[in-house]
Amino acid sequence: MATTATAIGTALRRPNLVAICAKEAKYEFLKNLRFPMYSVSTVVLPLMFYVLFGLVMGRQTIGNISTTVYLIPAYGTFGVMGASLFGTAAGLASERGLGWLQVKRASPMPIFAYFFAKVVMSLIFSTVDVVALMAMGMAFGGVHLPAATAAKLLGTLLAGSVPFCAMGLAIGYFASPNSAPAVINLFYLPMSFCSGLWMPFMFLPHFVQKIALILPPYHLSQLAFNVVGAGQGGPMAIHWQTLAGFTLLCMGIAWVGHQRDQKANG
Amino acid sequence: MPQGVGGNIGSAKAQLLPRAGRSGAPATGPWAKAAVATFESVSKNYGNVRALADFNFEVRAGELVALLGPNGAGKTTAIRLLLGLAKPNGGHLNVFGGDPASVDTHVRVGAMMQVGRVPETLRVREHVDLFSSYYPNPLPISETLAIAGLEELKDRKFGLLSGGQKQRVLFALAICGNPDLLFLDEPTVGLDVEARHLLWDEIRSLLRRGKTVVLTTHYLEEADALADRIVVINKGRMIAEGTPAEIKSRTAGKKIRCVTELPLEVIRKMAGVADVKADREAVVIQTAHPENVLRQLLQLDLEISGIEVSSAGLDEAFLALTREARG
Repeated sequence: MATTATAIGTALRRPNLVAICAKEAKYEFLKNLRFPMYSVSTVVLPLMFYVLFGLVMGRQTIGNISTTVYLIPAYGTFGVMGASLFGTAAGLASERGLGWLQVKRASPMPIFAYFFAKVVMSLIFSTVDVVALMAMGMAFGGVHLPAATAAKLLGTLLAGSVPFCAMGLAIGYFASPNSAPAVINLFYLPMSFCSGLWMPFMFLPHFVQKIALILPPYHLSQLAFNVVGAGQGGPMAIHWQTLAGFTLLCMGIAWVGHQRDQKANG
Repeated sequence: MPQGVGGNIGSAKAQLLPRAGRSGAPATGPWAKAAVATFESVSKNYGNVRALADFNFEVRAGELVALLGPNGAGKTTAIRLLLGLAKPNGGHLNVFGGDPASVDTHVRVGAMMQVGRVPETLRVREHVDLFSSYYPNPLPISETLAIAGLEELKDRKFGLLSGGQKQRVLFALAICGNPDLLFLDEPTVGLDVEARHLLWDEIRSLLRRGKTVVLTTHYLEEADALADRIVVINKGRMIAEGTPAEIKSRTAGKKIRCVTELPLEVIRKMAGVADVKADREAVVIQTAHPENVLRQLLQLDLEISGIEVSSAGLDEAFLALTREARG
């Protein structure tokens, strides 16, 4: 009898990774959805900017493209970046610093599920951001985006949000629970400005334009502008390559932070 | 029923093994209960701080063992080592014969830890549902909620619970996977008397289900109320081990309070005095032999007044024990 019980125990011993990841992501999403500081600010802020500078300021053009079109990829990049940075860094810093991550690590939860959930949750909010901007533009800004273009823009921005999830993890491993939001903004806001997300790139001072070349949001915004025909032209591969390189760099930093934590704790 | 000659040895042995569960005094001899976790001369340092030194300790199936000690004694370090959250600097340690950090071990273990902040926007039921999903054979969620006394709070967000209710949720997360072995790290710290007794009842119900529990506490009263066995640790070392009755008998003492002109140093040097300190207008003397000490006091100070003799409280007894180990 004892032998049978052991055999059954062995067969069922490992919990189901897919089911855990799904549940972890679901509750990570609910947790943040009910936390207005995250859910409202990541969705409302880009939309509010779009309404103010795209809709209220009246029909204008940038180059030969209407501002209501131009600002969708711009604020789309801004929104996706915010959803990803805050979605990963703020939670990780607080859960790591205040013991919740340790409770989870004492359980059989695979650590992969924890990070997977944060990235999926960020992707959901990024999707809401981009879809809401496009809907707003089409409903009130006279924007016409063919379905294929809209899908491509969404896909580009979502793929391009991954580097910012990685950056968020890197910040989350080094910032304390209290300082995390400030540290995130310290990267988020200047990078957004210098990359031309708030003000068209061509209007930025020259030295800022030079700095932008090493900033990931600049590269993501160029990819997004290109989808709606507002890009500066040139090959797109370099932008993807820069984002991929930046992702690896951030994951490396996050890994160092993870090792540092392990060492400090045990 | 024909008996196979060599075939059924395994199950025959299994039938001879003592029934798992609680049976008063710890079993001894060849049928002693199996160890489910073992420390063999384990040491652990954090930087220059020695958290555990040459620690030998065994957790036996079906018992509740309390690690008792003041803050910073090494109790939480012992739990962290048992959970694989920290690695020992020296010695060996296993849980269910395996690596404490492995998933195979973690699915058989539940832990209630001290945590600064739990996600506050999730509901009680959602927290339990998520943690249950980590385990291959969890309890039904309704059963977990019932054991932890959370049925009426299941739809409340964690952030809106009282301190005692929050502790019960952490307790629910520890038991939801139906683990064989539970670690409860200071489960009742910061709770009022009522909430503490409620949690004690819940812990006792686990023992009736045949679970093994390791509990840390700095209340001797708590260890006394729950434990089969108490291990007293201080400064990373085990200083006493035994049943609650044994520990209490080792620390039994009396307290003499009196008003006297005698200097503290004189009293301290008297035979049988464990400790003495000034308390407002009087002095308080700890001793295992109050008659002896009183005789000396009365001889040396004819003016002595306000004499009271009382049993030392459990906490004082515990202090005496840790002091004894130091001296």
